[in-house]
Amino acid sequence: MVLADDAMALETRHLGFTISPHEECGVEEAVRMIEAAGGESVVLTLGPPEAVEQLRDAMALGIDRAIHLQTDGSEWDGEATAGAIVDAVRADEATSGPFDLVFFGNESADSGGFQVGLRVARALGRPCATGLKGVKVEGGSVRCEQEADGGRDVYAVPMPAVLTVKEGLNLPRYPSVPGRMRAARKPVAASTPARPPARLELVRLVVPAGQGRRAELLGSGAAAAPAVVEMLRSVGVL
Amino acid sequence: MEGNEASLQSLTLARKFGEPLRAVHMEAVQPFAPDAMTALMAMVADDLDVSSVFAAGTDRGNDVMARLAARTGLPFAANCIAAEPGDPVTVVRQRWGGSLLEDALLRAPRALITVPPYAFRVTDGPAPIDVDVKPYLTRIEPEDLQVQVTGHVAAAGGGVSLAEAKVVVSGGRGVGSKEGFAIIEELAGLLGGAVGCSRVVTSAGWRPHSDQVGQTGTKIAPELYIACGISGATQHMAGCKGAKRILAINADAEAPIMQNADYAVVGDLKEIVPAISAEIRKLK
Repeated sequence: MVLADDAMALETRHLGFTISPHEECGVEEAVRMIEAAGGESVVLTLGPPEAVEQLRDAMALGIDRAIHLQTDGSEWDGEATAGAIVDAVRADEATSGPFDLVFFGNESADSGGFQVGLRVARALGRPCATGLKGVKVEGGSVRCEQEADGGRDVYAVPMPAVLTVKEGLNLPRYPSVPGRMRAARKPVAASTPARPPARLELVRLVVPAGQGRRAELLGSGAAAAPAVVEMLRSVGVL
Repeated sequence: MEGNEASLQSLTLARKFGEPLRAVHMEAVQPFAPDAMTALMAMVADDLDVSSVFAAGTDRGNDVMARLAARTGLPFAANCIAAEPGDPVTVVRQRWGGSLLEDALLRAPRALITVPPYAFRVTDGPAPIDVDVKPYLTRIEPEDLQVQVTGHVAAAGGGVSLAEAKVVVSGGRGVGSKEGFAIIEELAGLLGGAVGCSRVVTSAGWRPHSDQVGQTGTKIAPELYIACGISGATQHMAGCKGAKRILAINADAEAPIMQNADYAVVGDLKEIVPAISAEIRKLK
């Protein structure tokens, strides 16, 4: 990983962006639910202007419309992010009616704050189950499965609810060409919320020191097998 | 097990924040109901007027601490590998599953901090002591029981669990197909280990997501990790860097995994892996 000169962000000039794995599964699940039961789905992100590409990707998978809370690319902590999302959800619900379910990724791939979904749920007064790998609407509630103790704990969460999900919930589809063409015409509502002062403030990023592993070459090809077995014995796994 | 390890590490950081230390048993509400547990923690924190609350950075620990933060209107620093008391509190947090660190300031009247499993080795500290147990009796509000465990589904299979296996043999793009995993399974079986894989393998549908090692899969800490045909992307290394030793088998001697391994074999895994299995069989 390479840092930008001020060590406040990663150097991203040569990197591409995608929807993070957990969130991609949330998008896929929402699309599947609407396909099965009808209704409307909305995707929301808080991020710089370029993040509209990921909103288009989600709409290419079948999401109906998007809300883009635009930032200047600077760091928003979990509290600030949740606050802006709560305001946006309330504003949208005031005009378009209430959401039955709001999905979040369990934690963001980059900052890993583990809190935005739960904060939004608390502010909206809705129940929230986290880290879900199974979600199924059953009447007025959602059967939720969460990995625990070598198996899965089951919850029955009444709707409306907020659910945070993990990769493995489903296998997301690839966008089709017609899906991409439709996505280009779907509406994106952009706004620029003000960022409150951070109470968890990023000072600098640090690339951790390596673990000092220096690979010992045991050989090439099948001929290395005896040396590998000798190593397996020496470290006590054989 | 992961939880106990992280609890010990939480304790190590918490000691810097003053005496006395108090512990709240996370299994206090049965069946588990995270909002009821959170209500209990909020009550105890206020009653004892604590300066800080630490928890293990497990799924459950991070869940309950985020709920506590939301309920009490406080910021929350998840997965800290270091913390120093002060105003503000300074922390070092993991980002990208631990592939990157963040120095941060936590401005709060009460610091809420979790500590991830395997973050550092606990080498010193006072011997365990007997503690006084203070029971709290409280009424749990119905809205705090809306999210409560109603059942448990046992894991399918019954093989060696990926998270607990002493040896994990893992395959990546280089394995080439679903059927290609037969040789990975064979070697894992001979070593009494579990089969793992990289994200590209689950995305292709060759293996279930439950086999995935990485930032968004399972994080493992085996005695030995054998990575076959895995390039070693940052997100994959975030899941296996807890391994005591790593053996990389890869056709590309310049692959990133080769820089992060203890042992390496260069060449075609389709020849090397069966040859290792055959060599092990000779011993048995």
